[in-house]
Amino acid sequence: MFDTALTSSDFLFLARGAGMTLLVTAISVVLGTCLGIACGIFRFQVGPWWAAPMTFLLDIFRSIPLLIQLVLVNAFLGMVLKLKISGFSVACGVLTLYTAAYCAEIVRGAIEAVPGTTRRAARSLGLTWWQDMTSIVLPLATRVALPSWIGLALGVMKDSALVYIVQVTELLKATQILITRLQEPLLLLMICGLFYFVISFPLARLGGYLERRWSND
Amino acid sequence: MIEIEKVHKSFGQLKVLKGIDLRVAKGEVLSVIGGSGSGKSTLLTCINGLEPIDSGRILVDGTEVHAKSTDLNKLRRKIGIVFQQWNAFPHLTVVENVMLAQRKVLGRSKPEAEAEAVRQLSHVGLGDKLKVYPSRLSGGQQQRMAIARALAMSPHYMLFDEVTSALDPQLVGEVLDTLRMLAAEGMTMICVTHEMKFAREVSDRVAFFHKGVMAEIAAPAELFGAPKSEELRAFLSATH
Ligand SMILES: Nc1ncnc2c1ncn2[C@@H]1O[C@H](COP(=O)(O)OP(=O)(O)O)[C@@H](O)[C@H]1O
Ligand SMILES: [Mg+2]
Repeated sequence: MFDTALTSSDFLFLARGAGMTLLVTAISVVLGTCLGIACGIFRFQVGPWWAAPMTFLLDIFRSIPLLIQLVLVNAFLGMVLKLKISGFSVACGVLTLYTAAYCAEIVRGAIEAVPGTTRRAARSLGLTWWQDMTSIVLPLATRVALPSWIGLALGVMKDSALVYIVQVTELLKATQILITRLQEPLLLLMICGLFYFVISFPLARLGGYLERRWSND
Repeated sequence: MIEIEKVHKSFGQLKVLKGIDLRVAKGEVLSVIGGSGSGKSTLLTCINGLEPIDSGRILVDGTEVHAKSTDLNKLRRKIGIVFQQWNAFPHLTVVENVMLAQRKVLGRSKPEAEAEAVRQLSHVGLGDKLKVYPSRLSGGQQQRMAIARALAMSPHYMLFDEVTSALDPQLVGEVLDTLRMLAAEGMTMICVTHEMKFAREVSDRVAFFHKGVMAEIAAPAELFGAPKSEELRAFLSATH
């Protein structure tokens, strides 16, 4: 079975693809989460009415398939605005907004789960809105949001496979290229799956670890 | 001194406070009794500016609570409030619960805040629960922690809103004892309460609220001994 034509430089090619997947995911999840937190707090604070334009915008990113978003944004920036923007930037930009759209909903729900009476107690001790937000609301909301957020991050990592459409050779695309050349789909897909596992496992474990650590309070 | 002058307050169409006039002097213990929905809690949340008022004014040490120029976060340092529901910050240990606002609001150093937290927690009998998370405490202990948390801010006034109403009967005593101790130490207090025995024994004056109006206010012996209004007589016979 392991009588294979796969060379070490092919393996390195796969590893670079995995690195690209990790990089695109990390950038998008970090930026998207920051943006999502800001949007989620805004959405909670001003109420559904005033946040409607923002919610509508985010809903667009949530409801149009990622592949279509990537193609359209790439075409719009390149052909309509005539901007010279790398596929990598487009990929990170679109995935960031995609992450932010989901993250905003998670954050809003988690903030709503913090009891109003707890916040009132904090304010009545003289904490400002900002101090209440950072010392009480966000720590409590984080505990509520964590499982969904981990799910989101893992989902974004898998969805990042679609950025091949804007000429970014990430893990799955790299695998496909090798499959075409070597005609050994099973072995290559196994290695590809293993790379995905190695990337996502620590994140999944981190979630479990934090949940256990926080379960005492 | 807390001065409440002709305060009106409504939630939408519902008139909750209909012209309340009340003065609470330094060192006084005032109990507020009355049926559910009569506006007692609303009055307390207006005093520390958690709720806006429609008209009239409330002065705390001469500062108008609802004036635009008033820094509410600063004013609230003077006024401790403890609610019916136990409002522990569940992600912080007991001692951290009491330290948080001292650090953030008063800018005390960590050792200072910790020393004060330990002092206040020991004072209310929780000196052995410092490093415990609130979820491990009984309702009565959580309520005493909330009292210590408020006291650590060195407030001039303490407002208590039915702090024993959500407790199991056997835990009521320990919390009332804490309030008695504070009263004996000379703290200025407004206690909304259903505990008539407590109101009678501890208060300098007792106010009876009925449908948004302060129907009667008098020394406990007078108010309980010779109620003037039909409403108060009905309320007292219903609670006894
Ligand atoms: N935030 C609020 N929004 C709308 N109505 C409220 C609010 N808080 C209290 N009320 C209403 O105001 C009335 C007085 O409430 P409250 O002051 O809590 O009475 P009490 O403490 O005497 O039982 C009640 O009818 C209550 O339903
Ligand atoms: Mg009430």
